Amino acid sequence: MAERLRILVAGAGPAGLAAALAAEAGGAAVTLVDALPEPGGQIWRGRWSAPPGGASAPWFRALRASAVDLRLGRRVVTAPAPGRLGLTGPDGPEILAYDRLVLATGARERFLPFPGWTLPGVLGAGGLQALVKGGLDVRGQRVVVAGSGPLLLAVAAHLRQQGARVLLVAEQAPAAALLGLAPGMLGRPRLLVQALGFLGLPLCLGAWVTQVTGSDRLAAVQLATPGGPRVLEADLLACGFGLVPNLDLARLLGCAIRAGQVVVDPLLRTTCPGVFAAGEATGIGGVEKSLAEGRLAGLQAAGQEAQARRRLPAAERTRAWGRALERAYALRPELRGLAGPDTVLCRCEEVTLGDLQPFHGGREARLHGRCGMGRCQGRTCGPAAEFLFGWDPGGPRQPLVPTTCADLIGALSDPENP
Amino acid sequence: MPRILLDGQPVDLPAGALLAAALGCPPVACHGLAGAPRGPLCGMGQCFECRVTLDGREVLACLTPARDGMVVRRG
Repeated sequence: MAERLRILVAGAGPAGLAAALAAEAGGAAVTLVDALPEPGGQIWRGRWSAPPGGASAPWFRALRASAVDLRLGRRVVTAPAPGRLGLTGPDGPEILAYDRLVLATGARERFLPFPGWTLPGVLGAGGLQALVKGGLDVRGQRVVVAGSGPLLLAVAAHLRQQGARVLLVAEQAPAAALLGLAPGMLGRPRLLVQALGFLGLPLCLGAWVTQVTGSDRLAAVQLATPGGPRVLEADLLACGFGLVPNLDLARLLGCAIRAGQVVVDPLLRTTCPGVFAAGEATGIGGVEKSLAEGRLAGLQAAGQEAQARRRLPAAERTRAWGRALERAYALRPELRGLAGPDTVLCRCEEVTLGDLQPFHGGREARLHGRCGMGRCQGRTCGPAAEFLFGWDPGGPRQPLVPTTCADLIGALSDPENP
Repeated sequence: MPRILLDGQPVDLPAGALLAAALGCPPVACHGLAGAPRGPLCGMGQCFECRVTLDGREVLACLTPARDGMVVRRG
């Protein structure tokens, strides 16, 4: 019997779960890695150890019944050789070898700078929700939810359910733009049911945060609304401007990237042989797209091309909704003018917009202004600078995240080829 | 229910909680270069603003499950 293909899946959110299970069904030996302590990604965070239920239940059941080698709490830090990734985790550094790799690295929130955004109490919308799922107590806290995207209402509903006082949900997209989503909503009963959970939330469309004030923590949020400026005293601001794909690993491996997405063919092959991509990494589109693409990529990676091809129409259908959302929630140009010369853009290195005046591109700003050179390696300021100035976020450096020298040595040395 | 020691003070956390749940509301974890307090932003292991010291190592409070007896220090 031929040796089984070793397939490594990076990311255990919906796309990674679907890819891992499909690849295993296709006959491969599958390893699934994720930085989080439990599978499910950001969207199904906290569901793994909760009583079974919801959309994640069948996937988790299948994963528990599978032989997928699940390695959690681990981050990819290096790509020391073709077919090898170096990781750090609770048991120290390790090198994983693979024949095929599926990138299911998901997305993170886009943050845009405004005066005061570094104050404690200002978090991402998904960011605050993630912490609340992780046990952060928000009972009685006054929260403003702001920014853009379908996540805002879902987060606001969750916070309200957890006992927070949601003062306002400020969506920057105007009502007219969101009306365009109505036909698509009608064809998606699941979304209509979800929308019922949003009833009674104080939603204001065409509104955005202009600045926040406070001394050592957030005290008040100032907003521009269609009815004029507003000031709300608040304990927390949950503010994110949509999602951006996580592309560090794809970039590190040399996969082609276009328009902020991994370039893939219909069978989800990247431009790197043996490397596939699925889910948010190929374009923001939500759970259904991630699951559909994950299945397809997993089958294709396992060499089951005929089965993968049968999945093509289903995967394509899920992409249309993502494109409709992108149009409806397009960011308004006013958001480029919120930050002043004293506003920090790069939080790690405390580089202000004024500091960036002399520079003409991201690379120059990195090399001469330290913008994006801190702990987060430009994950936060990169997408902001891209929106504000059109700067390319640039290629990542190894290690992908801050790593101790001891871990780095372990994540670079190949035990099979010392 | 895990009890951790945060800056020398005991903090009780719900079962399954992350270290970030111990950081208060608003959560505060570390300091910026100029000394201003900072708290978690992304909650997803990307921004590194929730970094704390656990057993002498820097970890991200948003990715680290709380376990009974952990000794955690804010930067």
